[in-house]
Amino acid sequence: MRKESAQSDIESIRQLMERSVKFVSLSGLSGILAGIYALIGASFAYQQIYSGFVVRSIEYQGNIPIVTNLIIIASLVLIASLVTGWWFSFRKAKRLGTKIWDKTSKRLLIKLGVPLVIGGFFTLALVYNGYYNLIGASVLLFYGLALINASSSLFEEVRYLGYCELAIGIVATLFPGYALFFWAMGFGLLHILYGSLMYSKYDR
Amino acid sequence: MKNPFENLDKILEHRLRLQIVSVLVANDSYAFNELKELLDTTDGNLATHIKALEREKYISVTKSFIEKKPNTRYKISERGRSAFKKHLDALEELIKQQKK
Repeated sequence: MRKESAQSDIESIRQLMERSVKFVSLSGLSGILAGIYALIGASFAYQQIYSGFVVRSIEYQGNIPIVTNLIIIASLVLIASLVTGWWFSFRKAKRLGTKIWDKTSKRLLIKLGVPLVIGGFFTLALVYNGYYNLIGASVLLFYGLALINASSSLFEEVRYLGYCELAIGIVATLFPGYALFFWAMGFGLLHILYGSLMYSKYDR
Repeated sequence: MKNPFENLDKILEHRLRLQIVSVLVANDSYAFNELKELLDTTDGNLATHIKALEREKYISVTKSFIEKKPNTRYKISERGRSAFKKHLDALEELIKQQKK
């Protein structure tokens, strides 16, 4: 066995161990776009809530049409992000010659899905009971936990994104009137920052 | 100086067997079809080398049925894990020696 062969053996081991555990097809671009959608969504939400002047969110309690509109905006942002994420993963998987629906992506969906579904129910319960001022924080916190839970099936850096979301979520619980601001920070700015980092590190 | 070639594992010198063992070391278990997709190989080829690894007791097999379809899963054994480590060490040693 020659040196090149030993080296290529080790390289193939390294790659396979990573590919068999991690979903490597996630693209940084989808992070950037998800961040942009979140910012656009936040600016629409801002118009809904504040209509030009700053009011603490506690004051829109019970104003049902606004709540419905906000839920619609949030759902559109979520759907757009998921479709974008799927599309860019699909393209990257094609380029890497991997499959988008395999053991690693199934495992990733379960790891992300459990905290997100629980968080979704909890947040809906908050809406139902009128605790509107904690919705932003609750979404950020459960999202952060989901990311940390899924990071072993994704890139290691996702863990740090998760910690940042948790930190912002905790601060958001202390300033209940500014949920939208923290929401734009956690889902908008952080995603754009994280997506750009990932794009320059893994996608080029 | 000791010859690092002697420490290479004869079974794992084959690329596909080495790849199968790498995947199983990194994961709790892997199914036949999942391995086939990941390693991009044929049924026959994969089955042959899995048999060889089974014979050496490097991996263990569990067979079950999911919705009447056979589901064959493989796990690394302790024997396989230590053989893999030794083989990696030998590869590393080999690269080091040839750098000199």
